[in-house]
Amino acid sequence: MDKVVKKHFALFALPTMIAFTLAFLIPFIMGIYLSFCKFKTVKDAKFIGFTNYGRAFSDSAFINALKFTALFTLVSVILINVIAFIFAMLLTKSIKGTNAFRTVFFMPNLIGGIVLGYIWNMIINGVLLSVPATITSDASYGFWGLTVLMLWQMIGYMMIIYISGIQNISPDLLEAAEIDGATPWQKLINVTLPQIMPSITICLFLTLTNSFRLFDQNYALTAGEPNKQTQMLALDIYNTFYGRVGWQGVGQAKAVVFSIIVAAIALTQLYLTRSKEVES
Amino acid sequence: MDEDIREKEVELKLDEEALRDNSSEWKAFMEGVKKENEQKRIKAEMDKIKESKKKKGAPMKGTDWIKFAVLLVLAILFVMPIVLVLMNSFKGKLYVSNEPFALPNNESFVGFDNYIGGMQDIGFWSAFFNTVIITVLSVGLLVLLTAMCAWYITRVKTWYTKLMYLLFACSMIVPFQMVMYPMSFVANSIKLTSIIKMFDSSFVMPELLQQPENILNIIIMYLGFGAGLSVFMFAGFVKSVPVEIEEAAMIDGCGPIKTFFMIDLPIMKPSAITVAILNAMWIWNDYLLPTLILPNDEKSRTLPMAIQYLRGGYGSIDMAKMMAMLVLAIIPIIIFYFACQKYIIKGVVAGAVKG
Repeated sequence: MDKVVKKHFALFALPTMIAFTLAFLIPFIMGIYLSFCKFKTVKDAKFIGFTNYGRAFSDSAFINALKFTALFTLVSVILINVIAFIFAMLLTKSIKGTNAFRTVFFMPNLIGGIVLGYIWNMIINGVLLSVPATITSDASYGFWGLTVLMLWQMIGYMMIIYISGIQNISPDLLEAAEIDGATPWQKLINVTLPQIMPSITICLFLTLTNSFRLFDQNYALTAGEPNKQTQMLALDIYNTFYGRVGWQGVGQAKAVVFSIIVAAIALTQLYLTRSKEVES
Repeated sequence: MDEDIREKEVELKLDEEALRDNSSEWKAFMEGVKKENEQKRIKAEMDKIKESKKKKGAPMKGTDWIKFAVLLVLAILFVMPIVLVLMNSFKGKLYVSNEPFALPNNESFVGFDNYIGGMQDIGFWSAFFNTVIITVLSVGLLVLLTAMCAWYITRVKTWYTKLMYLLFACSMIVPFQMVMYPMSFVANSIKLTSIIKMFDSSFVMPELLQQPENILNIIIMYLGFGAGLSVFMFAGFVKSVPVEIEEAAMIDGCGPIKTFFMIDLPIMKPSAITVAILNAMWIWNDYLLPTLILPNDEKSRTLPMAIQYLRGGYGSIDMAKMMAMLVLAIIPIIIFYFACQKYIIKGVVAGAVKG
């Protein structure tokens, strides 16, 4: 059968492959090459070695964005996962209307980043009227505003994944723990959490990569204001490309560093939590 | 089950009447059978009650009511942002920034002015239809073509299919910023205009064809970008389809093309729904890729671009019009969500688990 199918490469695989090559493979390879070049447009690129990387790391905006992104990712990953897990525990109990609650909590996840940014821009500015201040008057307002936005968007999504994990735990295990005299807290730590390790892996992965790569929300909520202090990595790279003439090479170098960090975080996290998963 | 019992009883009664044998042994036996039947019936009824309880949920206890109340408060908090946007979309510009949490009153209420003004400013309808066309065509092509590609690379095992699978998997982690600058260059150079210009530098694309050309361009980019996740998900599913079915079809005279379209594609429907929903959500809401590829004029913009356009050049935003446009952007999503909520939640979870 292999051989008969093999002949049909042009029909089955080629269209996707062409688009994939044009949209991803060529730009990816070009991107790595361009990060070592000085250029204003792609056509006049000149090879200059590691200079762009040096300029990227001595750019205070980039370092600041790196710190801001790391701190934001840490805070939002912890908060999202803890709160989503509590929501999931509440919703797997025999409470009326669980489906309606799920529907409501999940809904913000479908709304796009730009729209989300402006919704929270209005609300947070409204709350800050009492100070009085606006979201762009202090970097900490932008930080917490972005955190609240991210919580609103992601909690429902993570909650659904935790719910499916909790529902897959065999009731026998929990019953056995109860008979052995385990307190609810002990049941949570020793039975529930180890059993839902696969869900935790997925949720951590999704929240980590989504928080770290955030762009639209950041762009619409504060656009990096005040004075680039709330700029995350993705936005800093965008601004380096399109806002600073002659910095395109540095922007590309930043993008390569960014990709390496994202890949490293994602793979380390997968490795760490996968090793804690138990056979069930 | 009940019917079985009843039938048995009827049979027994007939037997009883026919025999009319009042020997004590027979009576004891009959009693035993009756008891057994009774027990069976009770058990069956208990099962029924248990099942219905499972469906309706057990009655709530005291602590459950507290949890219910907590959840209700949380749910209200979750809906609040959208209610606030809706409320403010009917208020005048000044009132949105000065008292965003107040209900519209006689003074601040402006009717549909924000909607009408905002729709004119951003060219709402053309943005809306652009987004619909781009989303529908991209998702349709993505589902069909990546399903075919995934089937091919799982069924044919050679070095290049393995390499392709690896590349698709790797592409999922790479952030968009890594490829965005060279990608906009590639996207621009594969445009029909650019290709024809290589031979005839004075060529100008007729205005009527400019829009279709841009849309085709962005669809190719979406196909390439969405390919990673979609192929990966379809491939995971194709692996679970037994090859024997396809072999049987081929022995019966189906070629690979017929086999794929008649046998595999129908079985892949659940995965196809998941892939379609994930990509539709992404493409509908995507801001950066269309910004880089499409010209930023009124007839070419997508919805997220149009909303961002309201911000204006120097950070001045008419928040009242913004609120009205946000409402218009959210409405289609909410309709879509309530229409196929079951599929969306399932699809998103399946996508997360496999991705």
